[in-house]
Amino acid sequence: MGKKTDRENKMPHWIIGKIDTGKVCVVSTDLSFRDQIGRVRSRLGSFRMRYTVNPSLYAVGEPDENSPVFISANYKLSFDLLRCSLKGIDAFILVLDTRGINVWCAAGKGTFGTEELIERIRGTGLDDVVRHRRIVIPQLGAPGIQAHTVHKSTGFRVFYGPVYAKDIPEYLKNGYKATQNMRTVQFNFRDRLVLTPIETVQMGKPFLIYVLSMFILFGLQPSGILFKDALNGGYHFVLLGAVSILSGALLTPLGLPLIPFRAFSLKGLVSGLVVVAAYFFLFIGGSRQEVLKTAIIFITFPVLSSYIALNFTGATPFTSISGVKKELKYALPCYILVSAASVVLFILYKMKLLELI
Amino acid sequence: MNVTMTRLRYLSDVVSLELDIARCTGCRRCVEVCPRTVLRMENKRVAIVDRDLCIECGACAKNCEPGALSVYEGVGCATAIINGMLTGGEPTCGCSESDPESNTAPEKSCC
Repeated sequence: MGKKTDRENKMPHWIIGKIDTGKVCVVSTDLSFRDQIGRVRSRLGSFRMRYTVNPSLYAVGEPDENSPVFISANYKLSFDLLRCSLKGIDAFILVLDTRGINVWCAAGKGTFGTEELIERIRGTGLDDVVRHRRIVIPQLGAPGIQAHTVHKSTGFRVFYGPVYAKDIPEYLKNGYKATQNMRTVQFNFRDRLVLTPIETVQMGKPFLIYVLSMFILFGLQPSGILFKDALNGGYHFVLLGAVSILSGALLTPLGLPLIPFRAFSLKGLVSGLVVVAAYFFLFIGGSRQEVLKTAIIFITFPVLSSYIALNFTGATPFTSISGVKKELKYALPCYILVSAASVVLFILYKMKLLELI
Repeated sequence: MNVTMTRLRYLSDVVSLELDIARCTGCRRCVEVCPRTVLRMENKRVAIVDRDLCIECGACAKNCEPGALSVYEGVGCATAIINGMLTGGEPTCGCSESDPESNTAPEKSCC
Protein backbone atom coordinates (compact mmCIF):
# COMPACT_ATOMS: atom_id res chain seq x y z
CA MET A 1 0.00 0.00 0.00
CA GLY A 2 0.94 3.67 -0.08
CA LYS A 3 3.28 5.62 2.14
CA LYS A 4 2.31 5.85 5.77
CA THR A 5 1.01 9.23 6.73
CA ASP A 6 1.35 10.86 10.13
CA ARG A 7 -2.30 10.18 10.75
CA GLU A 8 -1.79 6.44 10.29
CA ASN A 9 1.28 6.33 12.54
CA LYS A 10 -0.59 7.80 15.46
CA MET A 11 -2.71 5.21 17.24
CA PRO A 12 -6.44 6.01 16.92
CA HIS A 13 -8.30 6.51 20.19
CA TRP A 14 -10.62 3.56 19.63
CA ILE A 15 -7.78 1.03 19.78
CA ILE A 16 -7.59 -0.31 23.34
CA GLY A 17 -4.81 -2.91 23.12
CA LYS A 18 -3.19 -5.70 21.18
CA ILE A 19 -3.71 -9.43 21.37
CA ASP A 20 -0.78 -11.56 22.37
CA THR A 21 -0.29 -13.19 18.98
CA GLY A 22 1.25 -9.86 18.02
CA LYS A 23 0.02 -7.53 15.37
CA VAL A 24 -3.74 -7.49 15.80
CA CYS A 25 -5.13 -4.40 17.51
CA VAL A 26 -8.08 -4.76 19.86
CA VAL A 27 -10.78 -2.17 19.36
CA SER A 28 -13.39 -0.85 21.73
CA THR A 29 -17.05 -1.84 21.30
CA ASP A 30 -18.24 1.49 22.64
CA LEU A 31 -18.47 4.79 20.82
CA SER A 32 -16.56 7.59 22.50
CA PHE A 33 -17.66 11.21 22.38
CA ARG A 34 -15.24 11.76 19.49
CA ASP A 35 -16.79 8.87 17.58
CA GLN A 36 -20.23 10.41 18.08
CA ILE A 37 -19.01 13.76 16.79
CA GLY A 38 -17.53 12.01 13.77
CA ARG A 39 -20.81 10.25 13.23
CA VAL A 40 -22.70 13.54 13.12
CA ARG A 41 -20.08 15.28 10.96
CA SER A 42 -20.07 12.46 8.43
CA ARG A 43 -23.82 12.94 7.97
CA LEU A 44 -23.39 16.62 7.22
CA GLY A 45 -20.74 17.13 4.60
CA SER A 46 -17.60 16.19 2.76
CA PHE A 47 -15.94 15.18 6.05
CA ARG A 48 -17.26 11.70 5.40
CA MET A 49 -15.01 11.41 2.36
CA ARG A 50 -11.98 11.34 4.63
CA TYR A 51 -13.48 9.52 7.63
CA THR A 52 -11.50 6.33 7.26
CA VAL A 53 -9.98 3.43 9.15
CA ASN A 54 -6.65 1.84 8.25
CA PRO A 55 -7.48 -1.38 6.35
CA SER A 56 -6.22 -4.24 8.51
CA LEU A 57 -7.19 -7.06 10.83
CA TYR A 58 -8.70 -5.97 14.15
CA ALA A 59 -10.09 -7.78 17.19
CA VAL A 60 -12.95 -7.25 19.62
CA GLY A 61 -13.03 -8.95 23.03
CA GLU A 62 -10.56 -11.81 23.41
CA PRO A 63 -10.78 -13.81 20.22
CA ASP A 64 -8.90 -17.06 19.64
CA GLU A 65 -8.30 -19.28 16.62
CA ASN A 66 -11.94 -20.42 16.62
CA SER A 67 -13.52 -16.95 16.73
CA PRO A 68 -15.66 -15.66 13.88
CA VAL A 69 -14.27 -13.23 11.30
CA PHE A 70 -16.36 -10.31 10.06
CA ILE A 71 -15.47 -8.36 6.93
CA SER A 72 -16.04 -4.61 6.83
CA ALA A 73 -15.30 -1.45 4.85
CA ASN A 74 -12.81 1.21 5.87
CA TYR A 75 -15.44 3.92 6.17
CA LYS A 76 -15.29 4.74 9.86
CA LEU A 77 -19.07 4.93 10.19
CA SER A 78 -19.46 1.37 8.85
CA PHE A 79 -16.63 0.12 11.06
CA ASP A 80 -18.14 1.82 14.13
CA LEU A 81 -21.53 0.23 13.52
CA LEU A 82 -19.92 -3.19 13.30
CA ARG A 83 -17.67 -2.96 16.36
CA CYS A 84 -20.52 -1.64 18.50
CA SER A 85 -22.71 -4.56 17.46
CA LEU A 86 -20.05 -7.01 18.63
CA LYS A 87 -20.28 -6.07 22.29
CA GLY A 88 -19.66 -9.18 24.39
CA ILE A 89 -18.56 -11.21 21.38
CA ASP A 90 -14.98 -12.35 20.78
CA ALA A 91 -14.29 -11.86 17.10
CA PHE A 92 -11.99 -10.58 14.39
CA ILE A 93 -12.81 -7.75 12.01
CA LEU A 94 -11.07 -7.67 8.65
CA VAL A 95 -11.29 -4.17 7.21
CA LEU A 96 -10.97 -3.91 3.42
CA ASP A 97 -9.66 -0.85 1.62
CA THR A 98 -12.83 0.58 0.11
CA ARG A 99 -11.36 4.10 -0.18
CA GLY A 100 -13.46 5.19 2.76
CA ILE A 101 -16.78 4.20 1.19
CA ASN A 102 -19.50 2.19 2.94
CA VAL A 103 -20.05 -1.50 2.19
CA TRP A 104 -23.09 -1.15 -0.08
CA CYS A 105 -21.72 1.65 -2.29
CA ALA A 106 -18.25 0.13 -2.38
CA ALA A 107 -19.68 -3.26 -3.37
CA GLY A 108 -21.48 -1.56 -6.25
CA LYS A 109 -18.20 -0.03 -7.39
CA GLY A 110 -16.19 -3.20 -6.85
CA THR A 111 -13.82 -1.75 -4.24
CA PHE A 112 -15.51 -3.91 -1.62
CA GLY A 113 -14.69 -6.73 -3.99
CA THR A 114 -13.44 -10.25 -4.54
CA GLU A 115 -9.86 -9.24 -5.42
CA GLU A 116 -9.43 -6.86 -2.51
CA LEU A 117 -10.84 -9.46 -0.11
CA ILE A 118 -8.50 -12.19 -1.37
CA GLU A 119 -5.48 -9.88 -1.16
CA ARG A 120 -6.44 -8.66 2.30
CA ILE A 121 -6.89 -12.24 3.59
CA ARG A 122 -3.40 -13.10 2.29
CA GLY A 123 -1.78 -9.85 3.41
CA THR A 124 -2.99 -10.13 6.99
CA GLY A 125 -2.18 -13.83 7.24
CA LEU A 126 -5.72 -14.60 8.32
CA ASP A 127 -5.26 -18.33 7.75
CA ASP A 128 -2.60 -18.35 10.49
CA VAL A 129 -4.73 -16.34 12.88
CA VAL A 130 -7.81 -18.57 12.78
CA ARG A 131 -8.06 -22.33 12.37
CA HIS A 132 -11.53 -22.42 10.82
CA ARG A 133 -12.21 -21.29 7.25
CA ARG A 134 -15.33 -19.15 7.59
CA ILE A 135 -15.72 -15.44 6.93
CA VAL A 136 -18.88 -13.44 7.45
CA ILE A 137 -19.63 -10.78 4.84
CA PRO A 138 -22.46 -8.29 5.30
CA GLN A 139 -25.37 -9.12 3.03
CA LEU A 140 -25.08 -5.77 1.27
CA GLY A 141 -21.48 -6.58 0.34
CA ALA A 142 -22.67 -9.40 -1.91
CA PRO A 143 -22.82 -7.30 -5.13
CA GLY A 144 -19.03 -6.98 -4.92
CA ILE A 145 -18.04 -10.44 -3.74
CA GLN A 146 -17.96 -13.66 -5.73
CA ALA A 147 -18.17 -16.20 -2.93
CA HIS A 148 -17.04 -19.22 -4.93
CA THR A 149 -13.94 -17.42 -6.23
CA VAL A 150 -12.98 -16.37 -2.71
CA HIS A 151 -13.36 -19.99 -1.59
CA LYS A 152 -11.23 -21.34 -4.44
CA SER A 153 -8.46 -18.78 -3.95
CA THR A 154 -8.19 -18.68 -0.18
CA GLY A 155 -9.97 -21.72 1.20
CA PHE A 156 -12.30 -19.44 3.17
CA ARG A 157 -16.01 -20.09 2.79
CA VAL A 158 -18.19 -17.01 2.56
CA PHE A 159 -21.17 -16.75 4.89
CA TYR A 160 -23.44 -13.84 4.10
CA GLY A 161 -24.48 -12.16 7.31
CA PRO A 162 -27.41 -9.89 8.07
CA VAL A 163 -27.98 -6.53 6.35
CA TYR A 164 -27.83 -4.74 9.70
CA ALA A 165 -24.90 -5.24 12.06
CA LYS A 166 -27.25 -5.10 15.05
CA ASP A 167 -28.64 -8.50 14.01
CA ILE A 168 -25.20 -10.17 14.28
CA PRO A 169 -25.65 -11.58 17.82
CA GLU A 170 -28.87 -13.29 16.74
CA TYR A 171 -27.25 -14.43 13.50
CA LEU A 172 -24.46 -16.11 15.46
CA LYS A 173 -26.99 -17.71 17.81
CA ASN A 174 -28.79 -19.10 14.74
CA GLY A 175 -25.57 -20.81 13.67
CA TYR A 176 -24.56 -18.42 10.87
CA LYS A 177 -28.04 -18.36 9.40
CA ALA A 178 -29.76 -15.10 8.52
CA THR A 179 -33.54 -15.09 8.58
CA GLN A 180 -35.52 -13.54 5.74
CA ASN A 181 -36.00 -10.39 7.83
CA MET A 182 -32.28 -10.08 8.50
CA ARG A 183 -31.59 -10.41 4.77
CA THR A 184 -34.07 -7.78 3.65
CA VAL A 185 -33.04 -4.16 3.38
CA GLN A 186 -35.30 -1.63 5.09
CA PHE A 187 -35.73 2.03 4.32
CA ASN A 188 -37.92 3.33 7.10
CA PHE A 189 -38.53 6.91 8.18
CA ARG A 190 -35.44 7.06 10.37
CA ASP A 191 -33.20 5.61 7.64
CA ARG A 192 -34.42 8.33 5.32
CA LEU A 193 -34.20 11.07 7.92
CA VAL A 194 -30.46 10.60 8.56
CA LEU A 195 -29.81 11.02 4.83
CA THR A 196 -31.60 14.34 4.49
CA PRO A 197 -29.01 16.66 6.11
CA ILE A 198 -26.40 15.86 3.47
CA GLU A 199 -28.94 16.26 0.68
CA THR A 200 -29.82 19.71 2.00
CA VAL A 201 -26.24 20.78 2.79
CA GLN A 202 -25.15 19.83 -0.73
CA MET A 203 -27.54 22.45 -2.07
CA GLY A 204 -25.89 25.19 0.03
CA LYS A 205 -23.40 26.38 -2.56
CA PRO A 206 -25.77 26.43 -5.55
CA PHE A 207 -28.29 28.22 -3.35
CA LEU A 208 -25.82 30.99 -2.45
CA ILE A 209 -25.05 31.52 -6.12
CA TYR A 210 -28.78 31.65 -6.80
CA VAL A 211 -29.37 34.20 -4.01
CA LEU A 212 -26.61 36.39 -5.35
CA SER A 213 -27.90 36.28 -8.91
CA MET A 214 -31.46 37.09 -7.74
CA PHE A 215 -30.26 40.16 -5.85
CA ILE A 216 -28.19 41.31 -8.79
CA LEU A 217 -31.09 40.73 -11.19
CA PHE A 218 -33.61 42.63 -9.09
CA GLY A 219 -31.20 45.22 -7.73
CA LEU A 220 -29.94 46.21 -11.16
CA GLN A 221 -31.26 49.62 -12.09
CA PRO A 222 -30.18 52.24 -14.64
CA SER A 223 -28.54 54.03 -11.71
CA GLY A 224 -26.61 50.96 -10.47
CA ILE A 225 -27.41 48.11 -8.11
CA LEU A 226 -29.91 49.27 -5.51
CA PHE A 227 -30.09 47.30 -2.30
CA LYS A 228 -33.70 48.18 -1.59
CA ASP A 229 -34.86 47.04 -5.02
CA ALA A 230 -32.82 43.88 -4.71
CA LEU A 231 -34.49 43.03 -1.43
CA ASN A 232 -38.02 43.99 -2.45
CA GLY A 233 -37.91 42.28 -5.80
CA GLY A 234 -35.83 39.28 -4.84
CA TYR A 235 -36.87 38.03 -1.44
CA HIS A 236 -39.90 36.03 -2.55
CA PHE A 237 -37.81 34.30 -5.20
CA VAL A 238 -35.04 33.56 -2.72
CA LEU A 239 -37.51 32.10 -0.24
CA LEU A 240 -39.22 30.10 -2.97
CA GLY A 241 -35.82 28.71 -3.94
CA ALA A 242 -35.20 27.67 -0.34
CA VAL A 243 -38.66 26.13 -0.07
CA SER A 244 -38.13 24.16 -3.29
CA ILE A 245 -34.78 22.84 -2.09
CA LEU A 246 -36.38 21.71 1.17
CA SER A 247 -39.18 20.10 -0.81
CA GLY A 248 -36.77 18.06 -2.93
CA ALA A 249 -34.10 17.30 -0.35
CA LEU A 250 -36.16 16.90 2.81
CA LEU A 251 -39.91 16.55 2.22
CA THR A 252 -39.75 14.13 -0.70
CA PRO A 253 -37.27 11.74 0.98
CA LEU A 254 -39.28 11.76 4.21
CA GLY A 255 -42.67 11.38 2.56
CA LEU A 256 -41.42 8.90 -0.03
CA PRO A 257 -44.03 6.16 0.58
CA LEU A 258 -46.88 8.68 0.87
CA ILE A 259 -46.28 10.90 -2.15
CA PRO A 260 -48.04 9.61 -5.29
CA PHE A 261 -46.19 8.21 -8.35
CA ARG A 262 -43.19 5.91 -8.42
CA ALA A 263 -40.83 8.08 -10.44
CA PHE A 264 -38.78 10.31 -8.14
CA SER A 265 -39.00 13.22 -10.57
CA LEU A 266 -42.80 13.10 -10.33
CA LYS A 267 -42.76 12.70 -6.55
CA GLY A 268 -40.53 15.77 -6.34
CA LEU A 269 -42.77 17.66 -8.73
CA VAL A 270 -45.90 16.90 -6.69
CA SER A 271 -44.20 17.87 -3.45
CA GLY A 272 -42.82 21.02 -5.07
CA LEU A 273 -46.20 22.04 -6.50
CA VAL A 274 -47.89 21.65 -3.12
CA VAL A 275 -45.23 23.61 -1.25
CA VAL A 276 -44.94 26.36 -3.87
CA ALA A 277 -48.73 26.72 -4.13
CA ALA A 278 -48.96 26.98 -0.35
CA TYR A 279 -46.30 29.68 -0.30
CA PHE A 280 -47.90 31.51 -3.18
CA PHE A 281 -51.39 31.70 -1.70
CA LEU A 282 -50.15 32.44 1.82
CA PHE A 283 -47.57 35.10 1.10
CA ILE A 284 -47.97 36.39 -2.44
CA GLY A 285 -51.51 35.96 -3.69
CA GLY A 286 -52.62 36.29 -7.28
CA SER A 287 -53.18 39.46 -9.15
CA ARG A 288 -53.86 39.86 -12.83
CA GLN A 289 -50.98 42.18 -13.55
CA GLU A 290 -48.44 39.61 -12.47
CA VAL A 291 -48.93 36.82 -14.96
CA LEU A 292 -45.22 36.59 -15.62
CA LYS A 293 -44.33 36.38 -11.96
CA THR A 294 -46.96 33.70 -11.37
CA ALA A 295 -45.71 31.76 -14.38
CA ILE A 296 -42.13 31.83 -13.07
CA ILE A 297 -43.24 30.67 -9.65
CA PHE A 298 -45.31 27.73 -10.88
CA ILE A 299 -42.98 26.63 -13.68
CA THR A 300 -39.51 27.04 -12.24
CA PHE A 301 -39.75 26.07 -8.61
CA PRO A 302 -41.72 22.78 -8.67
CA VAL A 303 -39.31 21.56 -11.37
CA LEU A 304 -36.34 22.51 -9.19
CA SER A 305 -37.84 20.37 -6.43
CA SER A 306 -38.32 17.56 -8.96
CA TYR A 307 -34.68 17.67 -10.02
CA ILE A 308 -33.39 17.56 -6.45
CA ALA A 309 -35.74 14.69 -5.59
CA LEU A 310 -34.54 12.76 -8.64
CA ASN A 311 -31.00 12.98 -7.31
CA PHE A 312 -32.13 11.23 -4.14
CA THR A 313 -32.49 7.99 -6.16
CA GLY A 314 -28.84 7.21 -5.47
CA ALA A 315 -29.34 7.33 -1.72
CA THR A 316 -32.16 4.80 -1.67
CA PRO A 317 -31.93 1.01 -1.67
CA PHE A 318 -34.86 0.38 -4.01
CA THR A 319 -34.05 2.07 -7.32
CA SER A 320 -32.49 0.28 -10.29
CA ILE A 321 -30.14 1.67 -12.92
CA SER A 322 -32.51 0.68 -15.75
CA GLY A 323 -35.33 2.46 -13.95
CA VAL A 324 -33.37 5.66 -13.33
CA LYS A 325 -32.18 5.68 -16.94
CA LYS A 326 -35.77 5.39 -18.12
CA GLU A 327 -36.84 8.19 -15.82
CA LEU A 328 -33.98 10.40 -16.99
CA LYS A 329 -34.94 9.88 -20.61
CA TYR A 330 -38.16 11.78 -19.96
CA ALA A 331 -37.06 14.06 -17.16
CA LEU A 332 -33.80 15.49 -18.51
CA PRO A 333 -35.30 17.09 -21.66
CA CYS A 334 -37.99 18.63 -19.43
CA TYR A 335 -35.38 20.04 -17.06
CA ILE A 336 -33.38 21.57 -19.90
CA LEU A 337 -36.50 23.06 -21.44
CA VAL A 338 -37.76 24.48 -18.15
CA SER A 339 -34.32 25.90 -17.29
CA ALA A 340 -34.21 27.75 -20.61
CA ALA A 341 -37.81 28.92 -20.24
CA SER A 342 -37.09 30.13 -16.70
CA VAL A 343 -34.17 32.26 -17.79
CA VAL A 344 -36.30 33.84 -20.52
CA LEU A 345 -39.20 34.42 -18.11
CA PHE A 346 -36.94 36.03 -15.50
CA ILE A 347 -35.47 38.36 -18.11
CA LEU A 348 -38.94 39.27 -19.43
CA TYR A 349 -40.16 39.89 -15.90
CA LYS A 350 -37.20 42.13 -15.17
CA MET A 351 -37.78 44.06 -18.41
CA LYS A 352 -41.36 44.54 -17.39
CA LEU A 353 -40.29 45.84 -13.99
CA LEU A 354 -38.02 48.32 -15.76
CA GLU A 355 -40.99 49.22 -17.93
CA LEU A 356 -39.07 48.31 -21.06
CA ILE A 357 -41.96 46.19 -22.31
CA MET B 1 -41.58 -4.63 9.60
CA ASN B 2 -41.61 -5.33 5.88
CA VAL B 3 -44.54 -3.03 5.26
CA THR B 4 -42.32 -0.05 4.44
CA MET B 5 -40.37 -1.91 1.82
CA THR B 6 -43.31 -3.54 0.13
CA ARG B 7 -44.75 -0.09 -0.28
CA LEU B 8 -41.49 1.32 -1.62
CA ARG B 9 -41.39 0.12 -5.19
CA TYR B 10 -39.72 1.72 -8.13
CA LEU B 11 -40.87 1.74 -11.77
CA SER B 12 -42.40 -1.46 -13.15
CA ASP B 13 -41.27 -3.49 -16.16
CA VAL B 14 -37.81 -2.00 -16.55
CA VAL B 15 -35.58 -4.43 -14.72
CA SER B 16 -33.05 -6.44 -16.76
CA LEU B 17 -32.89 -9.54 -14.54
CA GLU B 18 -32.86 -12.79 -16.57
CA LEU B 19 -32.98 -16.38 -15.43
CA ASP B 20 -31.79 -19.36 -17.46
CA ILE B 21 -33.50 -22.05 -15.43
CA ALA B 22 -31.71 -24.88 -17.25
CA ARG B 23 -28.43 -23.82 -15.66
CA CYS B 24 -29.78 -23.57 -12.10
CA THR B 25 -28.33 -26.16 -9.76
CA GLY B 26 -30.54 -25.16 -6.85
CA CYS B 27 -27.69 -24.02 -4.57
CA ARG B 28 -29.84 -21.22 -3.08
CA ARG B 29 -26.96 -18.77 -3.07
CA CYS B 30 -28.92 -16.18 -5.09
CA VAL B 31 -31.90 -16.34 -2.75
CA GLU B 32 -29.50 -15.81 0.12
CA VAL B 33 -27.81 -12.70 -1.32
CA CYS B 34 -30.89 -10.91 -2.72
CA PRO B 35 -31.70 -7.97 -0.41
CA ARG B 36 -35.14 -7.45 -1.97
CA THR B 37 -36.74 -10.92 -1.83
CA VAL B 38 -37.02 -11.08 -5.61
CA LEU B 39 -36.13 -14.77 -5.72
CA ARG B 40 -37.54 -17.89 -4.08
CA MET B 41 -36.88 -21.60 -4.24
CA GLU B 42 -39.59 -23.53 -6.08
CA ASN B 43 -39.22 -27.27 -6.73
CA LYS B 44 -35.52 -27.15 -5.87
CA ARG B 45 -34.89 -24.47 -8.50
CA VAL B 46 -34.86 -20.73 -8.19
CA ALA B 47 -37.82 -18.69 -9.39
CA ILE B 48 -38.27 -14.96 -9.93
CA VAL B 49 -41.27 -14.13 -7.77
CA ASP B 50 -41.30 -10.33 -7.95
CA ARG B 51 -39.22 -8.83 -10.77
CA ASP B 52 -40.20 -5.25 -10.11
CA LEU B 53 -38.61 -5.37 -6.67
CA CYS B 54 -35.19 -6.02 -8.26
CA ILE B 55 -32.72 -3.15 -7.94
CA GLU B 56 -30.09 -4.62 -10.29
CA CYS B 57 -27.41 -4.74 -7.61
CA GLY B 58 -25.93 -7.78 -9.30
CA ALA B 59 -25.38 -9.83 -6.15
CA CYS B 60 -27.30 -12.88 -7.44
CA ALA B 61 -25.60 -12.99 -10.83
CA LYS B 62 -22.16 -12.48 -9.34
CA ASN B 63 -22.64 -15.28 -6.84
CA CYS B 64 -24.23 -17.71 -9.29
CA GLU B 65 -21.46 -20.16 -10.16
CA PRO B 66 -23.27 -21.91 -13.03
CA GLY B 67 -24.27 -18.53 -14.50
CA ALA B 68 -28.02 -19.06 -14.47
CA LEU B 69 -28.78 -15.47 -13.53
CA SER B 70 -27.79 -12.37 -15.44
CA VAL B 71 -28.55 -8.72 -14.92
CA TYR B 72 -27.40 -5.35 -16.22
CA GLU B 73 -25.73 -4.35 -13.01
CA GLY B 74 -25.38 -0.81 -11.74
CA VAL B 75 -26.36 1.76 -9.17
CA GLY B 76 -29.75 3.40 -9.54
CA CYS B 77 -28.36 6.88 -9.00
CA ALA B 78 -29.41 9.81 -11.18
CA THR B 79 -26.39 11.89 -10.15
CA ALA B 80 -24.02 9.14 -11.28
CA ILE B 81 -25.80 8.62 -14.59
CA ILE B 82 -25.85 12.35 -15.36
CA ASN B 83 -22.13 12.56 -14.47
CA GLY B 84 -21.51 9.68 -16.85
CA MET B 85 -23.39 11.49 -19.62
CA LEU B 86 -21.41 14.70 -19.04
CA THR B 87 -18.03 12.99 -19.06
CA GLY B 88 -19.00 10.56 -21.80
CA GLY B 89 -18.03 7.56 -19.70
CA GLU B 90 -19.63 5.08 -17.37
CA PRO B 91 -22.00 6.28 -14.63
CA THR B 92 -19.91 7.53 -11.73
CA CYS B 93 -20.76 9.49 -8.64
CA GLY B 94 -17.23 10.74 -8.13
CA CYS B 95 -16.41 8.84 -4.96
CA SER B 96 -14.02 5.88 -4.78
CA GLU B 97 -12.30 7.44 -7.72
CA SER B 98 -9.55 9.12 -5.72
CA ASP B 99 -5.98 7.98 -6.08
CA PRO B 100 -5.18 5.92 -2.97
CA GLU B 101 -1.51 6.99 -3.12
CA SER B 102 -2.16 10.70 -3.06
CA ASN B 103 -4.45 10.37 -0.05
CA THR B 104 -6.71 13.13 -1.23
CA ALA B 105 -10.40 12.56 -1.02
CA PRO B 106 -12.61 13.96 -3.75
CA GLU B 107 -14.48 17.07 -2.70
CA LYS B 108 -17.78 15.94 -4.10
CA SER B 109 -19.71 13.59 -1.90
CA CYS B 110 -22.01 10.87 -3.09
CA CYS B 111 -24.25 7.91 -2.36
